[in-house]
Amino acid sequence: MEIDPFIFRLSIFILSIFIGYYVVWSVTPSLHTPLMSVTNAISSVIIVGAIIAGLAGNSDTIFNASSIFGFLAISLAAINIFGGFLVTQRMLAMYKKKKKDK
Amino acid sequence: MISANLSAIFYLISGVLFILALRGLSSPETSRQGNFFGILGMIIAVTVTFLSIGNFSTGLAVVLIFLLIGGLIGAFIAYKIPMTAMPELVAGFHSLVGLAAVFVAIAAFLNPEAFNLGSPGNIKLGSLIEMSIGAAVGAITFSGSIIAFLKLQGIMSGSPITFKGQHPLNAFILISIIIITYLLCSTQSSSLFWILLAISFLIGFLLIIPIGGADMPVVISMLNSYSGWAAAGIGFTLENTALIITGALVGSSGAILSYIMCKGMNRSFFNVILGGFGATEQSASEQNKEQRPVKSGNAEDAAFLMKNASSVIIVPGYGMAVAQAQHALREMVDTLKKNDIKVSYAIHPVAGRMPGHMNVLLAEANVPYDEVFELEEINNDFANADVAFVIGANDVTNPVAKTDPQSPIYGMPVLDVEKCKSVLFVKRSLSPGYAGIDNDLFYKENTLMLFADAKKMTEDITKNL
Repeated sequence: MEIDPFIFRLSIFILSIFIGYYVVWSVTPSLHTPLMSVTNAISSVIIVGAIIAGLAGNSDTIFNASSIFGFLAISLAAINIFGGFLVTQRMLAMYKKKKKDK
Repeated sequence: MISANLSAIFYLISGVLFILALRGLSSPETSRQGNFFGILGMIIAVTVTFLSIGNFSTGLAVVLIFLLIGGLIGAFIAYKIPMTAMPELVAGFHSLVGLAAVFVAIAAFLNPEAFNLGSPGNIKLGSLIEMSIGAAVGAITFSGSIIAFLKLQGIMSGSPITFKGQHPLNAFILISIIIITYLLCSTQSSSLFWILLAISFLIGFLLIIPIGGADMPVVISMLNSYSGWAAAGIGFTLENTALIITGALVGSSGAILSYIMCKGMNRSFFNVILGGFGATEQSASEQNKEQRPVKSGNAEDAAFLMKNASSVIIVPGYGMAVAQAQHALREMVDTLKKNDIKVSYAIHPVAGRMPGHMNVLLAEANVPYDEVFELEEINNDFANADVAFVIGANDVTNPVAKTDPQSPIYGMPVLDVEKCKSVLFVKRSLSPGYAGIDNDLFYKENTLMLFADAKKMTEDITKNL
């Protein structure tokens, strides 16, 4: 008997929840704000769905309803990707250690 | 055009890179590398998507233009935003993830062929369920985050908005979401899909309005979690590993942060979500504790106390962020250090409006992160310190949480500030904090109240040192 591919995706999903659980507990509390901004950025990988929708039409139907929603989603996700990664980088650059020579 | 199997492997790689991005945050040294992994993972995912479609017709130009517009806006925001506005920014970003999830779900519903999900009116059942979940959670994330954003920005009052029948109404809407999802899946009716989206937007709005300003750390973390689950729902629809892995990571990350925040307040998650804290519980404590003597001082007194101290612990709170006092504070600490006084910072988990808010502000003011300590690390040191300098914090220092079982904040972990030889408390007035209760610390023998704006007071103290 074949196993439904959904089961494989579900397995990936469940295991990733566990990975997330252990990885996030090991994040130092002082970096919780960068954690939120970087999770924002990576969850915008949803842009792959938006790109598929945006590129679905052929040259006559570029602007059908579905692809317009795709285009809008591309912009929203792009704001998050660029904004999220850059602001995280900006924050992380500020975390400095004490200078030994006073 | 690359094969579906090859692109699946690349999506897996980008999922792994996202895991490494979060892993990097376990210490500030590895965090920058982690962020780089995250960016790399994103580049791989986007590139592979373009290659796997291989349709480089006119549509491509339009896609790139929208990508560029979004990217420029995002980059502009990231460079311009002041660090004190980080909670608003994160709430705003959550709303965008939510809305993007909704849009992708709509696109997939309108044109299922593009995603290999069947044809309009005849979408595969599993995909339709996944799509509905993604869309509904995305809509809740969007409208909830908008409310959180408005409250944090001060456009909307931070106080809880409650009305009669609120909880039954919310419960009713949540049940109807489930029923409509069921009907949608059995009839494939597009009007039900739009109704589902509309009531999901509505419930997101209703769920967040009763939650007050200082509970925002929980709300933001919770919405963070929702945005992850929405992404995962869409990931199942698109059968995309990167999206499923990321959704699960973000979902559990937000859930853990909410848990940490609730624990920091000794409140259950449901207690926070049901809202209205402080509005109902102003008990007897208000009447019998009215006119008690308070010692107040000025910048000179404070400077004198600190000059004669050998160790000082600084307790920052939301008030520091409001007054933008972090730079002035760092200058004061620099002066103290020149006088060979040991200075450290104590941060309560729920200080500020989002997890880690204070740490970012101190980092911005060039405070080295190894001088900044969490509650458990530093709480025993208060007994040996000479001066505690409380700037903009209130409820998180209230000893009532340890002594009075009647108090609404009883059992909440607090900083043992009162054990210091003397306490300097910068505050504009004696008004109670968010929980609506009096702070016993104000009336202690060893407390000196400094009534002023946090930034101005800190600057004045520096002048007097």
